[in-house]
Amino acid sequence: MLYAILCYAHEETVSAWSKEEDDAVIAKLIEVQTPLLAAGKLGPVGRLMPSTTATTVRKGRDEPLVLDGPFAETKEVLLGFYTAEFDTLEEVVAFAKSLSVVNPGSSSYEIRPFNVFHPGALKT
Amino acid sequence: MTDIAWIELALTAARPQALGALLRYFRDLDTAEEAFQEACLRAIRTWPDKGPPRDPAAWLIFVGRNSGIDGIRKRSRNDPLPEEEAFSDLSDAEGDMADRLDNSHYRDDILRLMFICCHPDLPATQQIALALRIVSGLTVKQIARAFLVSEAAMEQRITRAKARVADANVPFETPGAVERSERLTSVAAMIYLIFNEGYSASGDTAEIRAPLCEEAIRLARLLLRLFQGEPEIMGLTALLLIQHARAAARFDADGAVILLDDQDRSLWNKPLIAEGLALIDKAMRHRRSGPYQVQAAIAALHARAEKPEDTDWTQIDLLYGALEIMQPSPVVTLNRAVAVSKVRGPQAALDMIEPLAARLSNYFHFFGVRGALLMQLGRNDEARTAFDRAIALANTSAEAAHIRMHLDRLQRDSQPRGKKAGK
Repeated sequence: MLYAILCYAHEETVSAWSKEEDDAVIAKLIEVQTPLLAAGKLGPVGRLMPSTTATTVRKGRDEPLVLDGPFAETKEVLLGFYTAEFDTLEEVVAFAKSLSVVNPGSSSYEIRPFNVFHPGALKT
Repeated sequence: MTDIAWIELALTAARPQALGALLRYFRDLDTAEEAFQEACLRAIRTWPDKGPPRDPAAWLIFVGRNSGIDGIRKRSRNDPLPEEEAFSDLSDAEGDMADRLDNSHYRDDILRLMFICCHPDLPATQQIALALRIVSGLTVKQIARAFLVSEAAMEQRITRAKARVADANVPFETPGAVERSERLTSVAAMIYLIFNEGYSASGDTAEIRAPLCEEAIRLARLLLRLFQGEPEIMGLTALLLIQHARAAARFDADGAVILLDDQDRSLWNKPLIAEGLALIDKAMRHRRSGPYQVQAAIAALHARAEKPEDTDWTQIDLLYGALEIMQPSPVVTLNRAVAVSKVRGPQAALDMIEPLAARLSNYFHFFGVRGALLMQLGRNDEARTAFDRAIALANTSAEAAHIRMHLDRLQRDSQPRGKKAGK
């Protein structure tokens, strides 16, 4: 099954990292993903800009409202996501655990199976 | 990262919120700082075993508040401190702790903590030092290093500044809308000062002073997280991000200044620029322009140009024109003149800055720009006089070296002509 793995974190902590600390974490995260990538099971992966850059469009009574900031004011914000193919939930949990071990900034990983998935046409 | 390194980062990140809340409880900066310190020590002792709490700031406020109250009791009645266990075993309490804390206050708590550092009686350098100590939690040693002064001198500066703000009686009630907006303006200006303290460093000290820029960005992002809908705070954050993005390209290996036109643009930090551009886009939607947004928009036009010749100088000229109306200052006009020289030529720019001569008679950049314009017009003797004056007014060795480069070029250019004239 195809899964989305959504990474949540305390933004204050992650944005306090120095460039070196950030680079070190990213290097380790890439290491964790490499086997999946080699097996052809890893889909798009993304890291989001800080939630201060977020804009939310919310349904209003007449016209939709455009609001500054992320959808919900929470301590933990969405930091980034992975998409990958796994045979069992057990395997996804193991993958998320290994991401969590090497990312001291992450606090939670939400695992959600895809219902529909279009890889789209974007090239980076 | 080790456990301790992670914990220290988490403590630093939680500091403004936790210390801000403790300040509201105790209404005394020293007591709040002691309580926070105590809570941090307990965190370092207990978090490695128990794992970090879900909400570090809430944990620190809870523990700090208890230990602060105990500290006050101990001093007044000499009661024994409660058992360590009472604090260590917080795992059950943690879940509902966040609910019990007065979360609605945290914005104003952090704003107040920042605002007390902006006391108008404090000179800029003391405001900055105090903010770095209190809000950012940098050590006196780190701050002294960034300011290039001795630790003892910095300690004294901070102690003096603290004594002054202690007498200032900043109200602890929740501020009204007008007061909040005034505080926001002062705090934004203070963050801008911190950034400039780092940004105006010369090549030989840029690396030592870079943490000031990074800290200013951290504070700006924090402020923006608290006040998500304020276009000027978006503008300020964008401005700092885009300016700082050029850090790696601003000086050569010998520490000499490299001007924007000559910078290796591949060294610019693309993610920082992208974040800055995203924030300006957001700010523009509000159609409530302000000086930070305009300055950020100018910085963005430079950042968007892949090559110097792609720079949209016409737009930059217009933006400086807008800034002159919002924030009239001879320095803004001087900056505008640089854009004007690119769009309408050096004579138009020179005409623009001549009326500023009296007000900028001690300003390095005035003579630097004037000299460069005169040089472009072939008025080399006058250019030389302007450059000599600039060197005399240079604030850093890098600035002086840069002007000397112009003088050397004038020297080279004038020699062959001198021979032709038969001198």
